[in-house]
Amino acid sequence: MQKIWTKEFKPGEKWSGLIGKGKYIHFKALGDNANLSVLMYNMRDTSERYNMPDTLKAQYTSHLTRGNVLMSDNGRVLASIVEDSLGWHDSISGYTTRLLTDEKYGKTTYQEQGNDYYRCGEENFKVELVRNNMGKRDLVPCVNLFSKVYVEEDGSMHYEKDHCKAGATVTLRTEMDMIFIVSNTPNPLDPSKEYPSVPVTMEVYDAPPVDLTDECVNYRSENYRAFENTWDYYNLLGV
Amino acid sequence: MYGFVEKESDLRIEDAVYDEVLDAGLGWMHELKPGQSFRILDMEGNQAVDTTFYDMTNPEDHYGAVQTVTMQGNIYLTTGSILRAESGKPLLEITADKTGRHDTLGGACSSQSNTVRYAREKRYMHNCRDSFMLQLADSDVDIRKRDLAPNINFFMNVPVTKEGGLKFDDGVSAPGKYVEMKALEHVMVLISNCPQLNNPCNAYHPTPVRLLIWD
Repeated sequence: MQKIWTKEFKPGEKWSGLIGKGKYIHFKALGDNANLSVLMYNMRDTSERYNMPDTLKAQYTSHLTRGNVLMSDNGRVLASIVEDSLGWHDSISGYTTRLLTDEKYGKTTYQEQGNDYYRCGEENFKVELVRNNMGKRDLVPCVNLFSKVYVEEDGSMHYEKDHCKAGATVTLRTEMDMIFIVSNTPNPLDPSKEYPSVPVTMEVYDAPPVDLTDECVNYRSENYRAFENTWDYYNLLGV
Repeated sequence: MYGFVEKESDLRIEDAVYDEVLDAGLGWMHELKPGQSFRILDMEGNQAVDTTFYDMTNPEDHYGAVQTVTMQGNIYLTTGSILRAESGKPLLEITADKTGRHDTLGGACSSQSNTVRYAREKRYMHNCRDSFMLQLADSDVDIRKRDLAPNINFFMNVPVTKEGGLKFDDGVSAPGKYVEMKALEHVMVLISNCPQLNNPCNAYHPTPVRLLIWD
């Protein structure tokens, strides 16, 4: 398989870019307890974006793993999860804010710490949203790759420590042309007192065409219908 | 039921400055001033009320579903819950609650999600997102489709399991039950009184709710 692109995200690093449909995006955690927060927007109409509620309720799940798809608010599949060494990725705990980061790990500034100052998901996402001609109003619940947050019967939310070990991998397959935004910042519910220092690599490959026997297409009938909506969209566009 | 802080309101209906009935299938958009109390009353029981908020001092700061649940460490809302904006800013506080179960993860139904969840032929059915968008179309406030972030569903029961499951269950609400919240900021409330007929969120029979405001 032809590797198109590769990048290592330092702790705290952010990135955004356009990624066309039909690519594998392969992520690997280079340390324990990684958390990579991800947002996705339709490149042609950024008001269509990853929708946590529609994704979870359609698949009757509160977590994400292989076979699941990441849906937009327009009933289409932005990306599929085609490989997963962990069995659980989070989408209910969001990204870290500046306030939380300062409270938890101690206040840091560029003036004092230089480029080692502690970045947060909120600022990383805001910057990348503005870079892509959006803004903070376009912030929505993200996907937190590598993190497990489970909910007890009383509704309480719990971050599972040591869920992600160094070497853990997850691979997305893009199903739409999208703006892909990444923030390598801690999970807000990670109780660690130390700012997690976990690099993550991202590699992009060309994926083979999706057919009707595909695992993610057939994972649930809901997924199949969301793929139909996606194929309709591109058939009508003619791309 | 777990983590339910049941509390009655001491506000009297005759003192309300606003008191209207909203039929199922209709939207509603209304401002609250800081200190005003807002009650949603489930008139016939098990009616999901899709609700979101905007900070009127900065309408780009919409209700933040994950900020609200993550900062309280619990996905369910009840008396004492702070409803936060995406920035984390507290917008409202729930001051009375008679059901103890309000969904924060299920979002609003739409034509598109109906095609995914049920069947392509369900696209024509009325849905919450259309009610939201009709309200936005007729509003002078600069709130648009991109500002429709995940919302709260008052009275809707969406249990989540420790194993990572999620389902839509019969509601735990009943005729006359209500939830009441106090505005901490100048906020815009946007509601769709849910017309969904394909799952038990409205007991397959969408019904009116009563909306009341006190100074």
